[in-house]
Amino acid sequence: MAGFSRPEIAARVARDIPEGWYVNLGIGIPTLIADYVPPGREVIFHSENGVLGIGPAPSPEAVDPWLINAGKQHVTLRPGGAFVHHADSFAIIRGGHLDLCVLGAFEVAENGDLANWATGRNDAASAVGGAMDLAVGARRLWVAMEHTTKEGTARLVGRCSYPLTAPGAVSRIYTSLAVIDVTPQGFSVIETAPGVDFDTLQRHTAARLIPPE
Amino acid sequence: MIDKRVATMAEAMAGIRDGSVVLIGGFGDVGQPDALIEGLIAQGATNLTVVANNAGRGRTGLAHLMELGRVRRIVCSFPRSRGSVVFEELYSAGRIELEIVPQGTLAERLRAAGAGIPAFFTPTAVGTRLADGKEERAFDGRPHILEYALPGDVALVEAWRADRFGNLIYRESARNFNPVMAMAARLTIVQVQHLAELGTLDPEAIATPGIFVDRVLHVPYAQAKG
Repeated sequence: MAGFSRPEIAARVARDIPEGWYVNLGIGIPTLIADYVPPGREVIFHSENGVLGIGPAPSPEAVDPWLINAGKQHVTLRPGGAFVHHADSFAIIRGGHLDLCVLGAFEVAENGDLANWATGRNDAASAVGGAMDLAVGARRLWVAMEHTTKEGTARLVGRCSYPLTAPGAVSRIYTSLAVIDVTPQGFSVIETAPGVDFDTLQRHTAARLIPPE
Repeated sequence: MIDKRVATMAEAMAGIRDGSVVLIGGFGDVGQPDALIEGLIAQGATNLTVVANNAGRGRTGLAHLMELGRVRRIVCSFPRSRGSVVFEELYSAGRIELEIVPQGTLAERLRAAGAGIPAFFTPTAVGTRLADGKEERAFDGRPHILEYALPGDVALVEAWRADRFGNLIYRESARNFNPVMAMAARLTIVQVQHLAELGTLDPEAIATPGIFVDRVLHVPYAQAKG
């Protein structure tokens, strides 16, 4: 089956981020998105640990040990960057100041429910980090992920089986197979990845899809 | 003369009691007051509640304090991460209590404690299992849950530069939880890389004014850590 690779998913998301947005990127595929925003387009990336204006990873000899992102990877600061403390960093998130957050997910339901932090009721020590704050606080929440698990199980579902991160939070999903909006009527397909037809997409999705116009 | 500098680790740790709530700054290894954690290990206080974003890594620092059985309870947003082996062992053996708090709620509960706000409502975690048992109330039609301030008996903080008043300047992303924890504790102890003469820190750059700080210990690193 054809479709988008992980970098291609990231590149596809990057296409839709306009100049001037303040954006927080989660761990995994979302982290790759920054690399695909054209250099001339000014998008400001925020990280939970109090950094605005995150730039690309440094070369090994240029690592600044004091400068990391929320994934605890070394990063750089772009001109115009700023540091804030943790409460202000989450005021940025929770106060509705971010234009966009892109997270990975275990599951997204057709009503926009997001499950991305714990894999079961018995998994009592899961790390929530900032996911619940981001899901609720950002003006838009998009998800970027593989369309199915490695075993082929659908991640787009009628109702999440994993513990929720936030109800009704996701507005758009970019996967290896398609770009899909969450609407009051359910999952609405915006486009399918190259070489993927609608019927194939529907077979790999555990909820009804509304075809593109 | 006001002078919050202390000369020894023993002075820095003096008076920390068994059963204390200890706030520990840092995000991952950055901005974490490693020397003060070692000092707390040597000081001996036990039955502690630790508030920190992460639950320790490897077998040193916070993980070592936990492995020694000195931490009864940990409050954090990210208990399980790469290298959190001691936490995993203690938690699966039922030897440590865990309270998971969304990271923003954690920061805000600390800020609230420092600002004299006993509790606040937030939409974060509504509709999830982290809202279980919490009071819910709608504002503008949107549900919120009640979260309580999280004051500390002690805060362990790392800063880049300090003066004898306890004014603090941080370095880059090492700021993180340190300023809100400094506000939120009755006794705030700082390890600092560089001591500065009074009047030489740029007042516009001071992120934590000395009013929030009780003790400053000079701990220069041989080299920057990360």
